[in-house]
Amino acid sequence: MQNGDGASGPPSTEDAGGRRTSGPRVALFPTCLTDTAFPETAKAMVRLLERLGCDVDFPLDQTCCGQMHFNTGYAEHARPMARAYAEVFDGYDHVVVPSGSCAGMVREIHPDLCGTSPAARRTYELSEFLVDVLGVVDVGAHFPHRVTYHPTCHSLRMLGVGDKPLSLLRAVSGLELIPLPQAEQCCGFGGTFALKNAETSTAMLADKMRCVQDTGAQVVTAGDNSCLMQIGGGLSRLRTGVRPVHLAEILASTEEEPWVATP
Amino acid sequence: MGRNPVTWLGSPTFPDAARRALGDTQLRGNLRKATTTIRGKRESVVAELDDWEELRRAGESIKDEVLADLDTQLERLEVAVTERGGVVHWARDADEANRIVLDLVQEEDTDEVVKVKSMATAEIGLNEALADGGVNAIETDLAEVIVQLGDDRPSHILVPAIHRNRAEIKEIFAQMPEPPASDDPRVLAEAARKYLRRKFLSAKVAISGANFGVADTGSIVVVESEGNGRMCLTLPETLITVMGVEKVLPRWQDLEVFLQLLPRSSTAERMNPYTSIWSGVTPGDGPQKFHLVLLDNGRTSTLADEVGRQALRCIRCSACLNVCPVYERTGGQAYGSVYPGPIGAILAPQLAGDLHDEQTASLPYASSLCGACYEVCPVRINIPEVLTHLRAEVVEAKGKRTPEAMAMSAAAWVFGDRKRYEAAQKAGSLTRFLARGGTLSSLPWPGSKWTDTRDAPVVPKESFRSWWRRNRG
Amino acid sequence: MGSARDEILGRIRAVDRPAPPPVPRDYERARHADDPVELLAERISDYRATVYRAAVRELPYRIAERLDGRGRIAVPPDVPGEWRVPGVAWLPDDPPLGVSDMEEVDGVLSGCALAIAETGTIVLDAGPAQGRRVLTLVPDYHLCVVRADQIVVSVPEAIERLDPSGPLTFISGPSATSDIELDRVEGVHGPRTLEVLLVG
Ligand code: SF4
Repeated sequence: MQNGDGASGPPSTEDAGGRRTSGPRVALFPTCLTDTAFPETAKAMVRLLERLGCDVDFPLDQTCCGQMHFNTGYAEHARPMARAYAEVFDGYDHVVVPSGSCAGMVREIHPDLCGTSPAARRTYELSEFLVDVLGVVDVGAHFPHRVTYHPTCHSLRMLGVGDKPLSLLRAVSGLELIPLPQAEQCCGFGGTFALKNAETSTAMLADKMRCVQDTGAQVVTAGDNSCLMQIGGGLSRLRTGVRPVHLAEILASTEEEPWVATP
Repeated sequence: MGRNPVTWLGSPTFPDAARRALGDTQLRGNLRKATTTIRGKRESVVAELDDWEELRRAGESIKDEVLADLDTQLERLEVAVTERGGVVHWARDADEANRIVLDLVQEEDTDEVVKVKSMATAEIGLNEALADGGVNAIETDLAEVIVQLGDDRPSHILVPAIHRNRAEIKEIFAQMPEPPASDDPRVLAEAARKYLRRKFLSAKVAISGANFGVADTGSIVVVESEGNGRMCLTLPETLITVMGVEKVLPRWQDLEVFLQLLPRSSTAERMNPYTSIWSGVTPGDGPQKFHLVLLDNGRTSTLADEVGRQALRCIRCSACLNVCPVYERTGGQAYGSVYPGPIGAILAPQLAGDLHDEQTASLPYASSLCGACYEVCPVRINIPEVLTHLRAEVVEAKGKRTPEAMAMSAAAWVFGDRKRYEAAQKAGSLTRFLARGGTLSSLPWPGSKWTDTRDAPVVPKESFRSWWRRNRG
Repeated sequence: MGSARDEILGRIRAVDRPAPPPVPRDYERARHADDPVELLAERISDYRATVYRAAVRELPYRIAERLDGRGRIAVPPDVPGEWRVPGVAWLPDDPPLGVSDMEEVDGVLSGCALAIAETGTIVLDAGPAQGRRVLTLVPDYHLCVVRADQIVVSVPEAIERLDPSGPLTFISGPSATSDIELDRVEGVHGPRTLEVLLVG
């Protein structure tokens, strides 16, 4: 087991079964939403990170990063959640999150709520972790579909992941990547904004869906299930047939173990 | 002290106003067209400067310096303006500022004044106050003419009539003595020129705002496009400038930063057509009487808020409006204030200072927190940060007994402990029995706010943690 | 109740404010251009003003060419004598012209204090050959003479050179508005035609 901020790069000692064993010790923070409503994304993270040599753990005491509370004006409720996060994820080499907004909450806001912690410092959004920490772009994935990518606002502007997700997608075999028009426009989710200003949120969503449909893609992907829930929920209502699939699920998919649509 | 007119009395809350605005397809078309045009242009003129980020940081820190030292800077400005023949007045609030201006106008024995577009005077409702005092204030900025003649309200900081397209403007201008013959923008501009020419040449008093006031030289800066500003600032005998106290800059040199940041961020030009700078009175050139009214109207209480005070860095460029996805769809009037869009959502509530008011309290929620505003703001105001900060103040003002506060407390209680969280997860997965054909398309309120227009995810039987426990635990 | 001034200053002083941070001035205080005159010409043209180039000795000829047939031209009293070429009905602003006189003239000729190449801006400071502000505002046509040695490349260089004690006017192209659909249209209240003569 390694410790400290400097740990990076997958060591390649493999055990008899071909599973690498002594890579960085990575804790998964799938977020409460993914844990509860999108377990396939979290399972895909496990497959992907283990394939890349990480020693993956899921500390069971985790719950929520407090983002919904904080963003809605309940910072006082978010504070204990931020503290709990720092404790639960202490001692891992890295924490990986399949959500730009929750990773942003942890890295940018938690320090304001309860001071800096090693856990918050070592928290990465998935694409950042793969590209910056593990140093891989080609993760050996195979996904034979037409895909368009929506860069979520917080991954883009709060974390600055730039085109890391796109480089990862470009390296996926069989995948046809179609650029999304007006990609950087918000999908209209915004947490409780989607309820408090439902009509405005829906108007933003309508434009996003039009752009997605214009690409002719079969799959719309993003690094955040909350935005995908908004975009996918709208697309499903309109029975467009375009499927929302989290980036982690695409990157986990291989020829041997291909992605299968959950009902 | 009266009610602060920075938010319009009787405006509906943001969600209600937005609902109405969203139904106006003409409005949405106009806004989309205008904001899309300006966004592209801004990006390209900003990209021309390699040192844009350095300029933004300089702009941010000059403004922070001003805020940290506001009393001294204002005193220095007062001395400089007075030394050069100007008279400085101080106004605590809108009423006081309006009274000062009305008195000054009446001293000049006139019942008509020409005005250069100014956010400060719009904020305090000066035109209405002057009208009550028997003085007709004539707006001279093209967009303000459109708003004034259309008996309308502004919807944008820079272009108050952005919600109007050329055809609508032609209709509004039909009441001019010489109405425009077509809706060609050139013809519309010509009509405004003719309409205002006489007014400029005959007015005795002009009223302006100020983009900047330089403390060490007493220089006042007005940035504009059409030349109506130059007309007002040069032709009348008396000039009254109303300036928010936060508009002061310490040094002449600081203009080298802001005259680069402002035009590129606002009209997306390398430089706006005209910038006028004057200091006090110049014998034989321009107005021979100059009054500067320094306006507080909620600024000092905004200054007292450690997080919220960054809103006072604003140079009113309106870049944040032009990139805002919410503004683009609802338009500016939905915000119920002369300050709409992202900056309005953080500035209007702070200036108004009353978060118990439903409308004011709805403004900080008028954002998806996408952060596009912060990315373009030339003085790096972290608008999302201030929004969430103000939301917390709204929550505090509303108290713990609202349904939302109770739901949030309950959620926090659930998240506070793994066992409670897991129990809730199991209960949540029961919603799958509401699903039909693999989709969940109708939830009871407040979930209906979601399912009115989108399907909700069907919470699967097995959460990830249960799977983990089963396989790895 | 004290005065508004005391009360506002008092409110400010009551706030606990952090010490002013140092201002980072690591932006470019001066910029290089291979050919500033050419850059200025290009940037002014972008605003749909017309730019003409002239060698020093041919300036009077160029002025005559521009003003030929334009009618009555107002002029600050102190423009160089050679600018007031024969064949033009000159109206010097001495004694000062009334506003109605200026409404009637067909144009104005002036010099400038300096010009900023990068932004296509001409700055007037009411100094030599520029006259009062109103003189270059009311007439509908403005011919402005800019000498090569008056050109700086960037805004900071201009601010450094300018004297803030007099009134200043920055002019970047003819009067324009973006108020109709956020698109620029030339020609509102200021001179609708701006012509620039770059000398040297
Ligand atoms: S907040 Fe920033 S971007 Fe918005 S108007 Fe003010 S200065 Fe411009």
